[in-house]
Amino acid sequence: MNCRSIVRELSNYLDEALDSTLKASIEKHLEHCEDCKVVVDTTKQTIQIYCNSEPAPLPEDTRQRLRDALKKRLRGVRV
Amino acid sequence: MSAPKINPVEPAVHTLPSQVVKDDEPILVAAAKAGDISAFETLVGRYERKIFRLAQNITQNREDAEDSMQESFLKAFEHLGEFQGNSRFYTWLVRIAVNQALMKLRKRRPNQVSLDDDIDTGEELIPRDVEDWGPSPEDRYEQSELSNILNTTISELDPSFRVVFQLRDIEELSTEETAEALGLSVPAVKSRLLRARLKLRQKLNRYFRRSENS
Repeated sequence: MNCRSIVRELSNYLDEALDSTLKASIEKHLEHCEDCKVVVDTTKQTIQIYCNSEPAPLPEDTRQRLRDALKKRLRGVRV
Repeated sequence: MSAPKINPVEPAVHTLPSQVVKDDEPILVAAAKAGDISAFETLVGRYERKIFRLAQNITQNREDAEDSMQESFLKAFEHLGEFQGNSRFYTWLVRIAVNQALMKLRKRRPNQVSLDDDIDTGEELIPRDVEDWGPSPEDRYEQSELSNILNTTISELDPSFRVVFQLRDIEELSTEETAEALGLSVPAVKSRLLRARLKLRQKLNRYFRRSENS
C-alpha cells in the first residue's frame, strides 16, 4: 500500500466500504505516514463540516411566495 | 416531467449521522396522502431550507432556486400517491428537487458540460498542501462567516462534482440513490465524489490550516 493507493481508496475508506483486509493495510500505512494521515483527517473534517452545516433560513420574501404558491395550488386560495 | 420512480432498494447506510428524518415523518406523509394539506405544509416547513439550499447549490441562481423549490413541493404533493414508502420521503423529495434544479440549470446554461459526460480532468489526485487543521477548525469562525466560506467554496466546484457531493455528503443519499437521481453509473458517482471531496479539502485548507489561525 503506497500513498497513491491510499488516495484512490480514500472515499471507500471514509465511507467504511472496504473489506477488512484492505482497511487493515490502509490503517497500517497511516500509522507511519503522517501526510496520508493528515489527508484522511482533513478530508473527513471537510465532509463533516458540510454535513453538519445548517441551511440558512429562507429569505422572508421567498418564504412568502412559497406559502402563496402552496395556498393557491393546494387549497385553491386566491392570493 | 414525471416524478422519479421509487427505488425499491433500501438506501445503504451512510456512515455520517443523519439529522434529517424525524420519527413522525411517516405519520405526516400518510396524512398528506390522505389529503391533509396541513400535514403536507408541515413537511414543507421542515424541509424548505434544505431544498432551497440544494436548488441554490445546483443552479447557482436565486431566482431559479426559488422556482425549483416551489415546483418541487407542488410536484411532490401532486405525485404523493406514487410514493410507496420504500425510501425516506426526504430522499424522494430530493430526487424531485434535483430534477427541477437541473432542468433550470440546463435551460440557463445549455452549453455547459452535461452531468452524464465522462469527465477526465487529467488532474493528479495526489493532494497538495498537506497541513493539519486541528480539532473543530470550523469553530474559529462565526456562523455567518462559516456559511459564506462553505458556500463560496462549494460554488467553485464544477457542477458535475458539486451536485454529487451535495447529494452524497450534504443530503446523505447513498451512492446508489445518487447515481439513480443523476442518471450516472455508480463508478462515475464514486469517481466524482472522490474528486469533489479532495478539491473541497484543498480549497478549505486556506481557511482551516492551523498556521492560518494560530
